Amino acid sequence: MKSALRLAAVDQAARSLGLEPGMPLADARARVPELEAIEHDEAADRAWLERMADGAIRYTPMVALDAPDGLLLDVTGCTHLLGGQRGLAADVEKRMAALGMTVRLAFAGTPRAAHALARYQALPAKDEAAAIKRLPVVALELEPEATQGLLRAGLKSVGELARRPMTSIAARFGSMAVTALRELLGEAAKPIEPRIPQAPIRAERRFAEPVAKTEYALQILSELASEAARQMEERGQGGRRFEALLFRSDGLVRTLHVETSRPSRDPALVLRLMNERLESLADPIDPGFGFDLIRLSVLLTEPLAVAQLRLEGGAVKEAEVAGLIDRLSTRLGRDRVRQLAPQDTHIPEQMQLELPAVEAGKPLANWPQPLAGEPPLRPLHLFDPPQPIEVMAEVPDGPPHRFRWRRKFHEVRRFEGPERIASEWWKRKDGAVDRAGLTRDYYRVEDARGRRFWVFRHGLFEEKPMPQWYLHGLFA
Amino acid sequence: MRESVDHHMMLKKQLASIAGGRLLSGHKRIATGHEGLDAALGGGLARGRVHELFAAEADDGFSAAGFAAMLALRTVGPRAPLFWLRADKAERDGGRLYGPGLIELGGDPDSLVLGQAPDTRALLKCAADAARCPGLGALIVETRGKCPELDLTASRRLALAAEHSGATLFLLRLEAEPVPSAADTRWAIGAAPSRALEANAPGAPTFEIELLRRRSGPAGMRWRLEWNRDRLSFTDPALSGAVVPVSPRRPAAAQLRLSA
Repeated sequence: MKSALRLAAVDQAARSLGLEPGMPLADARARVPELEAIEHDEAADRAWLERMADGAIRYTPMVALDAPDGLLLDVTGCTHLLGGQRGLAADVEKRMAALGMTVRLAFAGTPRAAHALARYQALPAKDEAAAIKRLPVVALELEPEATQGLLRAGLKSVGELARRPMTSIAARFGSMAVTALRELLGEAAKPIEPRIPQAPIRAERRFAEPVAKTEYALQILSELASEAARQMEERGQGGRRFEALLFRSDGLVRTLHVETSRPSRDPALVLRLMNERLESLADPIDPGFGFDLIRLSVLLTEPLAVAQLRLEGGAVKEAEVAGLIDRLSTRLGRDRVRQLAPQDTHIPEQMQLELPAVEAGKPLANWPQPLAGEPPLRPLHLFDPPQPIEVMAEVPDGPPHRFRWRRKFHEVRRFEGPERIASEWWKRKDGAVDRAGLTRDYYRVEDARGRRFWVFRHGLFEEKPMPQWYLHGLFA
Repeated sequence: MRESVDHHMMLKKQLASIAGGRLLSGHKRIATGHEGLDAALGGGLARGRVHELFAAEADDGFSAAGFAAMLALRTVGPRAPLFWLRADKAERDGGRLYGPGLIELGGDPDSLVLGQAPDTRALLKCAADAARCPGLGALIVETRGKCPELDLTASRRLALAAEHSGATLFLLRLEAEPVPSAADTRWAIGAAPSRALEANAPGAPTFEIELLRRRSGPAGMRWRLEWNRDRLSFTDPALSGAVVPVSPRRPAAAQLRLSA
């Protein structure tokens, strides 16, 4: 029976026919021949839940996923905005009904209690404590054996269990039972982990009538950007990462992320980047029935003093170039606009890192500086990985005379080398000096037409019987 | 009053020389440093225009790219930001741009910004955007293949953007044949044998360039140029002194045992 198809979830109609989750599909089919079964897609369920979690930020910033089928909202101090708990519940029910969802809501003093009340409460009770006491022991969500044990001992409800001494419960049903019970009764606190961390600076606007035009939404966004800019100016800060949330009235949320390479509080810049982001979206933002809440958050801020213009307009020029980097990063993606950072190593291909230009920071190492009067010793273009070439060379360690690269032969007319670059044996995991990597002998060579290449032999003849040659780069 | 204006001009000149010499000052032309070439061009390449660089032969793409980098360094000086835009294909076929190699040409990798577009259309859009940025002195845009998207209209758009902002755009057209465009000049760049150093070592980068087309003036001339990193300038290899004789230290090409 292990590999049988089972029901993962059932709707209300199916439940009323006696079907339950966990039941083998064949049995269910036998009972209800007209059963409509859909394959369970866990990822899609999760994505849908996350989307609703995004939408629930309209009620409170503290939203946590309660997988696989719940959301936990900490609405402490937020309910008055919608006319108390009843108003909030009515609003949630209305929105969820519009999405075709059935919801079970519960308010409680602790997340655990709310979780249990939403799922296991069968009868109404006069207050929260009484309701919790009436819950069946299944609501503790222990291992099936432990639950079975509780039921066999005649303990049917949480209240009955709570009357027993904790020590004896721990002895018979395990410490998990005690922890679960204490959390349910509100004796042990377990705070929820909000899904989205709080942004330090936010500005938002709610609309009585949904905004159905994207242009208008952008105009609102620019007002919000000015508002956020004022908040940042008071703190002497500028934003590096901005996020715009467009809440659609049917519960969907569109997120726009933009980043700047230098702290900024220029609303025009933020708006320009948002526009850029909108244009680069694969599917245009569809306002649907309109947005009823627009929020701009500044996710990352950095100190930014009042700008001072330099002589010759240097600061202005720099700002323009930084703006260009931001625009291109927003349009192409942050990993596609890069700057080079030096690394402290002598292995040629590891000597530079390509980092997103919007992340520009102070480099940790310095670039090597060439000697005056020397020709270029490193190529402008580097192949990583190096490209294998066929070479005619003196054995054992002579320069190449002729080589074939990309199906063409090149006669070497001038060369310089070898420049011997050893492997970094001190970085080897086992610290084995005797089993170091292969040494590379680099040659700068020039062919008959004047093209200059950087080639190397991977390994000395002592290290390897037939070392392979590679082309690593090309000089100008 | 007159005197103060003169003082102001002098101060400006001084500042410019501190910031990187004549290269940075607002001349309309970018002198290459090669006398014959500059004379033929009327002082050098025009600033704020599009200049197209083709590879003389299929294998000369790397030389053309290096030449573009040198021209850009010549245009803005070593410390000014230099944008190099390419498409995914270039990154695949042409290898990565290598910071230590840029230093060897006299540039500063910290001021290099690489933009990598997924395709030619996106590349041209970014190029137009970058060319419109007045803070940018020089811009290299590397295209590969025929690029039907880069038609006369697209080329004119780039030229107008560059003219408006004053940024000089070097359009590197690899693996392509010249087509009508709005570029100010069009060049074919090829590698040339360098002047050998001691022990027959390859010397400074040397190029054989041909002026294919020019908007205002005759074309079809050829020059041979050598790049001097220390002076950040092109020179005439024929004038730069005699060829260094081969050193007796170098082992003779005797005892040749060829491996496969």
